[in-house]
Amino acid sequence: MASMNMIQALNSAMDIMLGRDPSVVLMGEDIGYFGGVFRATEGLQRKYGEHRVLDTPIAEGGIVAAAVGMSVNGLRPVAEIQFADYIYPGFDQIASELARIRYRSAGEFSAPVTIRTPCGGGIRGGQTHSQSPEGIFTHVSGIKVVMPSNPYDAKGLLITCIEDDDPVIFFEPKRLYNGPFDGDPNKPAVPWSAHPKGQVDVGYYTVPLAKADIVRPGDAVTIITYGTMVHVAAAAVAAMNLDAEIIDLRSLVPLDVDTMCTSVKKTGRCVVAHEATRFSGFGAEILSIIQEECFWELEAPIQRVAGWDTPYPHAFEWEYFPGCARIAMALNAVMEPA
Amino acid sequence: MNKHSRLHLPKAPARPGEAPDFSYVQLSPAGAVARPDINARARDIGTLAVNLVRVLDDTGEAVGPWNPHLDASELQVGLRHMMLTRLFDDRMQRMQRAGRISFYIRSLGEEAVSVAQCMALRPGDMLFPSYRNQGLQIARGIQLVDLMCQLLSNTRDMCKGRQLPVMYHSKAGNIFSISGNLATQFPQAVGWAMAAAIKGEDHLAASWIGEGSSAEADFHHALLFASVYQAPVILNVVNNQWAISTFQGYAGGEQRSFAARGPGYGMAGIRADGNDFLAVYAVTQWAAERARTGAGPTLIELVTYRAAAHSTSDDPARYRAKDDQEHWPLGDPVLRLKQHLIRLSEWSESRHQAMTAELEALVASSWKEAVTYGTMSEGPRLDADLMFEDVFKEMPQNLVRQRNLMRTEKNRPLKA
Repeated sequence: MASMNMIQALNSAMDIMLGRDPSVVLMGEDIGYFGGVFRATEGLQRKYGEHRVLDTPIAEGGIVAAAVGMSVNGLRPVAEIQFADYIYPGFDQIASELARIRYRSAGEFSAPVTIRTPCGGGIRGGQTHSQSPEGIFTHVSGIKVVMPSNPYDAKGLLITCIEDDDPVIFFEPKRLYNGPFDGDPNKPAVPWSAHPKGQVDVGYYTVPLAKADIVRPGDAVTIITYGTMVHVAAAAVAAMNLDAEIIDLRSLVPLDVDTMCTSVKKTGRCVVAHEATRFSGFGAEILSIIQEECFWELEAPIQRVAGWDTPYPHAFEWEYFPGCARIAMALNAVMEPA
Repeated sequence: MNKHSRLHLPKAPARPGEAPDFSYVQLSPAGAVARPDINARARDIGTLAVNLVRVLDDTGEAVGPWNPHLDASELQVGLRHMMLTRLFDDRMQRMQRAGRISFYIRSLGEEAVSVAQCMALRPGDMLFPSYRNQGLQIARGIQLVDLMCQLLSNTRDMCKGRQLPVMYHSKAGNIFSISGNLATQFPQAVGWAMAAAIKGEDHLAASWIGEGSSAEADFHHALLFASVYQAPVILNVVNNQWAISTFQGYAGGEQRSFAARGPGYGMAGIRADGNDFLAVYAVTQWAAERARTGAGPTLIELVTYRAAAHSTSDDPARYRAKDDQEHWPLGDPVLRLKQHLIRLSEWSESRHQAMTAELEALVASSWKEAVTYGTMSEGPRLDADLMFEDVFKEMPQNLVRQRNLMRTEKNRPLKA
C-alpha cells in the first residue's frame, strides 16, 4: 500500500495496464511528452515509448474515431479527452459508432475503448471547464459510464474499464484529484494522505462495475450519490449528526439497483445528489427507479440535490455548487415532511 | 434585398427541363498523366490531384504509364464482378418495388470503383465501405445469399435484424460494418491503419465516402490523422456528382478538386477516371504499394456518375436533367471494359450474353434460396429477443427485465 492522490492512482492503473497488456495504448491531447495537463500520464511515454502513449491533434472527434478503428484492429485504446466539456465534438463517434459497433455487427466486431475525461467544477473553470455531462451518456445504449470518488476506487475501476470488452466513459471529478473536497472552499484543503481511500495497493487489483459502495452505513435516511458529492454528503451528514446511509454508485451504467433499493427499503427516506444540472439529470432516473421499487416503503417524498439548471458560472461558482447547505435542506425536508 | 446579395451560390449545371451539361468536368486525355515513383513526396506530385488519370481511350485501347498490364483472365474476373453487381442491383431494386424488401441503394454506373479497387488490394486489407460499395462485397467473395438475407432482415441476416438494408459487414471478409451515419468510417479506417502500423503489420485500410460526405468533420479528421501519423490507409472519395439532390458544388467541388485536399493535408492526392477499370485499378495499386512501403496515405478521388437514384426513396427527375447519365463524358464502366476485352480478342458479344444469362440465373437462384429463410412478411422470422443481445457483451439487469416485459406484453389482452 502507498499513499496516492487520485492522479497518482490513475497513473498507476495505466502504468500497470501498459505493462501487463501490449494491446493497451494511451492517446490524447498533451498526454505523451508532457504527461497531460493534469499530469495523469506523467512519465508513461518515457517508460513505454511514443508508440504506446500517443500525442494527438486537437480533434476530439478524430481521437474517438481513431480509437474506434484501433480497437477494431485488436488494440485497447485509453483515450483522454482533456476536459469533459470538450467531449461534444466526439459525440457522434461515441453515441452513433463506439456504442453501436457490437450491436450493429451482431457481435462480430467490438470496440473496447476507454475514454477518460476530467469533469466537474469548483476549480474556477467557468462554463467550459466545469461541466458534468455524465447523464447525457447514460442515455446512450451500449456504453458504460463510471465515476470514482477516491484514489483507491479510481485505480481499481480504471483497470476494470480497460479490461472490459465494451466501451466505457470514465469521468474523473477533477476537484477530487488532490483531496477529498467536502464542498467548503474556505476550509484548508485536505490531502488524500489523510483519507483511508488514499491508501492504494501499488500492484494490480480491480474494483467491479455495477457494485455500489456503502460509504457510511446508517438507518435514518439513504443518500444516493457519486463523484465529488460523496464527500459533500458525508460532511453534511457529519455536521447534522444524522444516521444516514451514504451510497457511492461508482458506476452509473451498469447500475447497482439492488444496493440502492435495499437501503431505501430499510431507511424509508431518500436523497439523491449530483453536481450535474437537475433537469433530466441522472438523478431523475434514480428517483424513478426508487419510486417504482420502493414506493410502499417510503415515508417521505424523495428529494433531489443538484447543480442549478444554468451553465456553470465563473463568478458565482459557490452559489451554483450543490454544497452542504443544499444537501442539509433536502435532508431536513425528507426527515420532517411538512 | 436578394437583388443586392453578393453571396455565391453553387449552381447545378442542368436541372429538369434543361440539356445535360458536363462541360465543368475537367478531363485529361487517356495516357497523358505521368506515373510518379511510389516513394515520391506528396509535395512534389501535386498535379496528380488536379489532372485525371485515364488508361482506356475512347476506342477501348489501354494507353500510357498507368496501364496496369493485367492478364486477360483478371480483366474477365473484373468484368464478371461488375456485371454481377449490376444484375444483383437490378433484381434487388425490383424486389424493393415489389414490396419484398424495405429499402435499397443501387451503385449503377459506379461498379468499377468498388470492383477494381477491391481487386487491387489484398484479402488481409481492411475495408471500411459506404452504403454504395456492394461491388466490394461481391469482389471479396461474399455470397449473394448472405447479402440478400441481410436485405430481407430474415433468419439468416448477418445483422440479426438490427440494420437497414445494405448495411452489411463481414469479419471473415475483413469488411467493416456499414454505419448509415455519413463519413464516420473514414477516420475509423485511419485508426485501424494506425493500429496496423503500431503492431508492425503490413496490412492497410481503405475507406470510401461520397463527395457530399466529404463536407463532414470526419473527412477532415481522417485526412489530418492519416497525414500526422502517415498511416497506411487509402481514403477514397467517390465523386458521383450528386448527394441526393445536392450537387457536388455544395461540398466545395466547384473551386477545387476533392483530390486536391490530400496535398492540402500533406498527403498524396490522385484524381482518376472512376469509370475506367484499368485507371481505378492502377491508382489503387500505386496507393497500396505506397502505404505498404511506409510512403504514406493517399487520397483518391474517383470521378464517376451516379446513374441511378440515390436510393429507392429518391426520384432524381425532380432535381436533375433527364437522361443525364447518357451524356456523362466518361461513359459506362461495364461497357468500357467489355469494349477493351473485345479489342484484345479476349471477349465477344456472344460470351457477354452467355455470362449475362449465367449471372442472372445465379441471382435468381440466390434469391430463391434467400427467401426460404424468411422475408419481412412471410416465412420464418427472427426471434425478437435478439434485439436485447449485443448491446453489451453481458446483458445487464435492466435489459434482462425489459426482455421479459416484452415477452409478457406480446400475449397480453387489452383489458383492465
